[in-house]
Amino acid sequence: MWEYTDKVVDHFLHPRNVGEVENPDGIGEEGSLACGDALKLTFKLDENKRIKDAKFQTFGCASAIASSSALTEIVKGMTLKEAEKVTNEDIARYLGGLPKEKMHCSVMGRDALEKAIAYYRGEAEKEVEGELVCECFGVNDVEIERQVRESNLTTVEDVTDYTKAGGGCESCHDKIQEIIDEVHGKPHVVRLKPVGLTNIQKIKLIEQTLEREIKPSLKKDGGDIELIDVDGNTVIVKLQGTCATCVASQVTLKHYVEAKLRELVTPELVVEEVQS
Amino acid sequence: MKVIYADNNATTQVAPEVLEEMLPYFHDLYGNPSSMHSFGGQVAQELKEARGKVASLIGAAPDEILFTSCGTESDSTAIQAAIVSHPDKRHIITTRVEHPAVKNLCEYLEKNGYRVTFLPVDRQGRLNPEDLYKSLSKDTAIVSIMWANNETGVIFPIEEIAQIVTQSGVVFHTDAVQAVGKIPIDVQKISVDMLSLSGHKIHAPKGVGALYVRKGTKFTPFLIGGHQERGRRGGTENVASIIGLGKACELAGEHIEEENERVRYLRDKLENEILKLVPNAMVNGDREHRLPNTTSISFEYVEGEAILLMMNELGICASSGSACTSGSLEPSHVLRAMGVPFTAAHGSIRFSLSIYNTEEEIDFIIAKLPPIIERLRELSPYWDQSKTAAASQ
Repeated sequence: MWEYTDKVVDHFLHPRNVGEVENPDGIGEEGSLACGDALKLTFKLDENKRIKDAKFQTFGCASAIASSSALTEIVKGMTLKEAEKVTNEDIARYLGGLPKEKMHCSVMGRDALEKAIAYYRGEAEKEVEGELVCECFGVNDVEIERQVRESNLTTVEDVTDYTKAGGGCESCHDKIQEIIDEVHGKPHVVRLKPVGLTNIQKIKLIEQTLEREIKPSLKKDGGDIELIDVDGNTVIVKLQGTCATCVASQVTLKHYVEAKLRELVTPELVVEEVQS
Repeated sequence: MKVIYADNNATTQVAPEVLEEMLPYFHDLYGNPSSMHSFGGQVAQELKEARGKVASLIGAAPDEILFTSCGTESDSTAIQAAIVSHPDKRHIITTRVEHPAVKNLCEYLEKNGYRVTFLPVDRQGRLNPEDLYKSLSKDTAIVSIMWANNETGVIFPIEEIAQIVTQSGVVFHTDAVQAVGKIPIDVQKISVDMLSLSGHKIHAPKGVGALYVRKGTKFTPFLIGGHQERGRRGGTENVASIIGLGKACELAGEHIEEENERVRYLRDKLENEILKLVPNAMVNGDREHRLPNTTSISFEYVEGEAILLMMNELGICASSGSACTSGSLEPSHVLRAMGVPFTAAHGSIRFSLSIYNTEEEIDFIIAKLPPIIERLRELSPYWDQSKTAAASQ
C-alpha cells in the first residue's frame, strides 16, 4: 500500500475544481489511456490576465487526481508569468510530498499546465523536438534531460519515477544513464565492443581464464580441469579429481565453466567434455 | 468500520479451528520432531497425521508430500529439482500468465542459459494445448503450468495438459496454489509429477506450503541441510503451521461443496449485478472454466488504484491489475497476455471470496461500487469523450 499524506488523501477523496471551465482561455492535455493516467486542464483569465478559474479532469490513480486538484488550487490567482514558473516539485510540496514512485503524477500536472499556457499564447502543438528514448511510454531525451536537471535525478530509477521513461521493457536504461551522466558532467564511458580475436589470442585467453578464474574455485572442492583442445569455438576439456566423478559435473561445466569463458573470452564459446 | 474482505486470492483468514489446533505446539508440545525423546517424538506423530490430511485432499500418498515454507518455495523446489536432475536438458515450457513465483524464476533461468517457451493465452485467458504439444522437445526438462490463475480464476485443462506432457516423458509441474481447496483435485486421476500448494490461501497461516512429488520422480533437494522430510528438504519443521495446514486441508475437503455452491452463488450475484448496474464494465477471463470464488471485472475509463482506495474508505478489500497498484508502470502481465485493451486493464478489479463471506457483504459491495465508478468517471476526461461519441452515433 502506498503511503499517501493526509493532504493527498483529502485531495483524492474531495478533489477541488473538477470539470471544464466554460470558454477556456487555456487548454492542456497530457498523458494517455495507454499510459494509465491522463489530465485535461482548462483555465480562464480575468481582465487583469490572472487565472480566474482553473478546472481539471483526470484519469488515473489517487496521486494523479490529487496532483491535478492541487495544481488547480496553486495556479488560481496567478499571472501566466507566475504560473509558468510552477514546477512539479511545487505540486508535490503542496501535497506534503508524494511517494517517490508517484512523482510522475506531479510532472504530468506541470506538463499539462505548460501546454495550457502555450495554447493561450498560440504556441500550441509545439513540434516534438528531441530523440525518442523510451518507446514504451513515449519519452524523449529533451524531457528526460530537463527532469534530471530540475529535480537533480541521479539514477535510472529516479528518472522512471519522475517521467515513466524506462518503466516498460527497460531496453533504454543505458541511454537514460548516458543522459544522467552528461547532465552531471560525468565522463562518458565509451564501451569498447569486443574486437575479434585471432585463434592464438583466443586460446591464450581461454588458458588464462582457466588458470586464473576457474581452476582455483574447482580446486577448492577437490576438482580440477584440463584444456585438451580448442576447435573453432568449441572448447574441449577434461574434468579431473572430484569433478570427474561428481553427478553435478555437467551443471558445473555448463553453468560455471562455459558461462565464465563466455563472459571473459567470447560469448560464442561452447564447452564440451572430452569423450573417454 | 467493518471490514469486508473480498481479497482471498491474496491471502485468507486463519480458520478458528486451525488456530485452535496449532496453539498447543507453541507452548506445551514444543519438542523437535527429530528428537529421540518421546517429548519430541510425539510431535513427529502429529506431523505424520498432518501429512496424511494434506495428501488426502489431493489424492496423494502421505510420503509424496513435502512441507515447505510457502508456495514460492514449492515452485522453486519443483523447477530446480527437474533441471538439476536433468542437466543435459536446457529447455523449459511455461505460460505467459504464471504467478511471479514461476514466471520470474523462468526469466532468471532464461538469462542463465536456459531456453524458455512462454505459451500464449487467448483473449479469454485460455491455453491452446496444441501450442504446448508443438513446443515439447527432447531438450525439455520440465513443463510448469498453473492449475488456476490467481488474477482471473481461469482454470487450465490440466488433465489434458498433463497427459500431453507426461506421455512425452517430460516432467510436469503445476502451481495449484489457487486451485487447491476451491475445486476437487485428484493426482491419482491426473498425471502431474509435482504440484505446489500454499497454506495461507486455504485458511492456514502464512509461512507454510507443500509440494507433492509423485513417487518415482527424479528429485534433488532445494534446501540442503538436515535429514528432515526424508532428506528432501533440510530445516527443522515449522511444526505449528504444518499442523495448521493439515487441519486447513481437512476443512477444505469438507467445504469444497459449499465453495462450489454458496461461494459460487455469491460470486455470480456480485458479478452479474455489477455488470447490470455499471455500463462499460466487462469480465476478464473464461467464465465457463473458472474458480468459483474469483471475478476480475474491468471498468473502462477509470483507474484501479483509485477504485480500490475509494472502496477502502468503506472497508471493502479487493485487488487490481492496474499499473499503479503493482508499483510498476504497466498493468498486470496476465491481462496484457490476454490482450485486454489498456482502457480496461488499468481499471480492473479482482474480487475473490471465501466461505466466510456473507450475502449481506456482497449486497453491500453491489450497493457501494457503482456510485464509486460513477464518481471516478465524472473526474475522467475520457468518460466525457466516450459519452459524446456514443451520443453522436
